[in-house]
Amino acid sequence: MAAKTVTKDIITLRGSAAIVSEFFGYAANSILYNRGVYPEETFVKVKKYGLPMLLTQDEGVKSFITNLTAQLSEWLEAGKLQRIVLVIMSKSTGEVLERWNFSIETDNEVVEKGVSREKSDKEIMREIQAIMRQIASSITYLPCLDEPCVFDVLAYTDTDVAVPFTWVESDPKLIENPQMVKLHSFDTKIHKVDTLVSYKNDEWDEQ
Amino acid sequence: MDSGWWRPFSKTDPRTPFQERFILRKNSLHDQDNQLDRFIPNRSAMDFNYAHYMLTEGRKGKENPEVITPYQKKLREAVNINDGTRILAFKNKPPTPVELIPREILSPPLQSKLSKPKRSIPQTSERTLDAPDILDDFYLNLLDWGSDNVLSIALENTVYLWNASDSSTSELVTVDEEYGPVTSVSWAPDGRHLAIGLNNSHVQIWDACASKQLRTLKGGHRTRVGSLAWNSHILTTGGMDGKIVNNDVRVRSHIVETYRGHNQEVCGLKWSSSGHQLASGGNDNVVHIWDRSVVSSNSPTNWFHRFEEHTAAVKALAWCPFQGNLLASGGGGGDHCIKLWNTHTGARLNSFDTGSQVCSLLWNKNERELLSSHGFTKNQLTLWKYPSMVKIAELNGHTSRVLYMTQSPDGCTVASAAADETLRFWNVFGNPATAGKAAPKAYNEPFAKFNRIR
Repeated sequence: MAAKTVTKDIITLRGSAAIVSEFFGYAANSILYNRGVYPEETFVKVKKYGLPMLLTQDEGVKSFITNLTAQLSEWLEAGKLQRIVLVIMSKSTGEVLERWNFSIETDNEVVEKGVSREKSDKEIMREIQAIMRQIASSITYLPCLDEPCVFDVLAYTDTDVAVPFTWVESDPKLIENPQMVKLHSFDTKIHKVDTLVSYKNDEWDEQ
Repeated sequence: MDSGWWRPFSKTDPRTPFQERFILRKNSLHDQDNQLDRFIPNRSAMDFNYAHYMLTEGRKGKENPEVITPYQKKLREAVNINDGTRILAFKNKPPTPVELIPREILSPPLQSKLSKPKRSIPQTSERTLDAPDILDDFYLNLLDWGSDNVLSIALENTVYLWNASDSSTSELVTVDEEYGPVTSVSWAPDGRHLAIGLNNSHVQIWDACASKQLRTLKGGHRTRVGSLAWNSHILTTGGMDGKIVNNDVRVRSHIVETYRGHNQEVCGLKWSSSGHQLASGGNDNVVHIWDRSVVSSNSPTNWFHRFEEHTAAVKALAWCPFQGNLLASGGGGGDHCIKLWNTHTGARLNSFDTGSQVCSLLWNKNERELLSSHGFTKNQLTLWKYPSMVKIAELNGHTSRVLYMTQSPDGCTVASAAADETLRFWNVFGNPATAGKAAPKAYNEPFAKFNRIR
């Protein structure tokens, strides 16, 4: 009995990295869908985290996210990733309208000594589900994106990371005086992910 | 187990952390049966070398790798110094969304919103009519604009109809002194049948075209009926007794369901546009959401949500026309707040103080805006932008609290009746010409016009 639960709940660095990078893939898809960055009809519904999730069918976007999550899990396994930020910008002016901030805290002991931690899949899934629900419901308070938008993803890594061939250094693309809403977080006991969305104050709108 | 208590303490045991050892030692000092509550250190039993190591060397080793306090972190972020961090992005950017059909064609309203500068909102009323003897009673609902473009208003014992198409007025009924006064009026969705709630707890249903009374609903309440709401053939009535009754107007025994949740007068009652959820507000400061599927399967007191955040009577309720699960509610005299709710989850999305009693609320059907009517001190109508809830306009004219508001079927004009005995019309929700697309919707049956020939 005891042995059974132990084998079930053990989570390794590799597994944790996979969970976090997969989470980011789904979260990015969900944000792009819910914020209308890409047209609705380019998404299909799949079941994930006990929720209907939407995934893009646009080949370009798909491969961008796949390459991204592959690189992210590499950094996560090395414990070098501090933060991932999905930035939504105006297509015409390039102005940053929204920043979806996923900060990551890594348990360094796991990375250095290769030990594992215990946490059930179910519990992690429940935490992720709560975030996904919040992302989907965020449209109720986020300002309307009235203009065509583009997105980009920034990865905050440790400085000792060698910049991969396909990556370049970027500015943080901050929003001046933003509104911020903190969402739920989840914790694999190895990586703790805090989610926060900041957006442009739209009070100029009608004043 | 017992042997553990008396096991001699070994310094070389690397597995047991310091603290655990400590406890072990403490317990071992005393007789097992006679455990004392005080801790008396025994110097000879303490491992000073280890303790010293932990306090000095060990700590250094652990915390040496660059200690950054959250404050420092924030500071660095603020001044855009990212030492210890490298921000990277893909060289290849994700494809920009391709729009095969330009957005302007896909969604003309959006385009017109962008191209037109700003709607000018007339600050004064377009038209003012006298409404003598209108009751100055916060808890009643005496004004309703039906889908057939006829406005009904109750002045004491009489219900008048004002036809907005030709500005003609007619008297529908004057009820007997002992029944009256009229405490609520509400048009059925067909715009032909009018429900009239009375002070003596009866509810009359009238055919307005034929000026004929069809039936009287009795027995639902024991006190006056101050609020009414239609949901196709269901007429929901709210009484001073705190009860909410669903009446099926087609059948003889008309009482279908009774919702008991308010312990004081029900003054606000609105069905959602889907007809699944009913919002009710009462003098007990409570807002309830009743879900038809939930209520019918459980006991009738089983509300779907109960919101107790208002601190005064809630009469003003309005369901959002563009987001089915969004409800706005406004509190009376001591509260002054408008609150927005997600009625699926029960979450409060927003709450803000308007500075005055909120008597009624209306959503703009053409724009994302909410209109509220107020009492003391300014007796104004205020237009708010959703979701920022920035005040867009304030409409003044009434000289006493604006108790009742209703919207024309095309959604452009608002009629308000106030305790100053006037009925005012405001062109606040846009120009009928620009919202003209909404009008043909009324004739969406393809052969409706042909039926009208005969």
